[in-house]
Amino acid sequence: MDQQEKETKQSEATEQAGTAEQTATTAQGGSKEVVIKIEHLSKSFGDNEVLKDITLDLYKGENLVVLGKSGTGKSVTIKCVVGLLEQDKGSLKVFDQEVLDLSEQELKELRIRIGFLFQSGALYDSMTVRENLEFPLRRVLKIKDTEEMTKRVEEILEGVGLPDAIDKMPSELSGGMRKRIGLARTMILKPEIMLYDEPTTGLDPITSKEISELILSMQKNYGISSIIITHDIACAKIVANRVLVMSEGEVIAEGTFDELEGSDDELISSFFK
Amino acid sequence: MDQEYTASYKKILVEAGNQVNFMGSFFRNIFRMNFEWNEFVRQCYMIGYKSFPIIGITGFIVGFVMTLQSLPTMKEFGAESYIPKMVAISLIREICPVIIALICAGKISSGIGAELGSMKVSEQIEAMDVSGANPIQYLVVTRVLACIFMVPLLTLMADTLGLAGSFVAVNVSSDVSGILFFHKAFNSVEFGDLLPAVIKTVFFGLAIGFVGCYKGYNSDRGTESVGIAANSAVVSASLWIIVIDGIAVQLTNALGY
Repeated sequence: MDQQEKETKQSEATEQAGTAEQTATTAQGGSKEVVIKIEHLSKSFGDNEVLKDITLDLYKGENLVVLGKSGTGKSVTIKCVVGLLEQDKGSLKVFDQEVLDLSEQELKELRIRIGFLFQSGALYDSMTVRENLEFPLRRVLKIKDTEEMTKRVEEILEGVGLPDAIDKMPSELSGGMRKRIGLARTMILKPEIMLYDEPTTGLDPITSKEISELILSMQKNYGISSIIITHDIACAKIVANRVLVMSEGEVIAEGTFDELEGSDDELISSFFK
Repeated sequence: MDQEYTASYKKILVEAGNQVNFMGSFFRNIFRMNFEWNEFVRQCYMIGYKSFPIIGITGFIVGFVMTLQSLPTMKEFGAESYIPKMVAISLIREICPVIIALICAGKISSGIGAELGSMKVSEQIEAMDVSGANPIQYLVVTRVLACIFMVPLLTLMADTLGLAGSFVAVNVSSDVSGILFFHKAFNSVEFGDLLPAVIKTVFFGLAIGFVGCYKGYNSDRGTESVGIAANSAVVSASLWIIVIDGIAVQLTNALGY
């Protein structure tokens, strides 16, 4: 891709961002509050420049889907958001706080407001489902009362449709169930932002659809703002208020699902085929 | 060529810096609020109680074999009555601490390395971190402290069973009463023999736990790295045990113990 082509794509992306902003505004009933603001973010691992110049906003209450080939830096971007990785250049603000400038305690407090669903679910495999869900309650919310803890655990398991899995070990759960429990463990802290790292990867189409609908219900029921990283177009179609396409560490397009699906650009439309 | 040397020196310095940093966060987290007592007790059970059989058998056989091997020579000099004294001092001062620590490096350090390594690979440690919990306090502090407490206890148990093994070996070819044997053994051991050995095992425990945690916690991605973490944990912990033992011997000699 030569420089001129890149510039054209960037300007198209900016134009589409305007439309997207309107879409996001509509999706959240008039609110334009930005919860995550990323500007000119870059990150390298040795000589490998994974993120070149990422700029994106996440509005309150919207679902932003990030599409892109493997290795384009999607997961790196959301790991920077929670401070698991540090960017080399650029600004990354969550709730108006620059993540890099936060102290250890401030970062911990910020992380409580952000949920992160890992690709594998990342359940603690030496603990039962109940212990997995109680883990953040005990340590983050400092809840000691057993009854209250059980109530919260049962409530959230009901919410993800797995009330019977409470005493099971993660090894006894299917891939879809693990993702649901992973989501429950994240949601139990009632985060304001959710970051989903490929939530439907490795699942059959029916389970993928169930997980996608679960993501949508989390947005509707709790008003959560989410960034969803996925390759699954069916999932993107269900959950997205706005879609952003990344390629080679850069944002190449931004818009609604329908706008990008009908794009004339071969690279963009290839994601939707 | 110079660049290669520079790169490898840099790598060594970075690794040393990371280890010091990790050690620092271990010590900082010991004194933080909300110590994970339940996990600490669970780790003591896993590290200590579950190691009883292998440590017990090893201690007994070391005492038994040592006595059988030295008995003929001692008899030649008519010094077989010195067997309890010789076995007690060598087991308590040197043989049991080092052998038990090396076995613990193989069993415990590799276990911790593999466990934390697989947690890292499956993103469980990152999940703990992003949830706002403290993985160092929950995973590292509890395991290292459990090693520091349990390795000395396991060594003392091995000392006792080693003496029992020696008593059995003596009775294979002659008839010595238990009271006489243990009276002679314990009479020859002084506080100055036991204390340095116990202090030494505390540091062995620290090395075993710390190295296992460091290697596992900082392993790379991929299943291969779990094996590498476990393997390098054993090698590094064993090396540290030998180094600490060398330093401890010099120190005890200098202090007149």
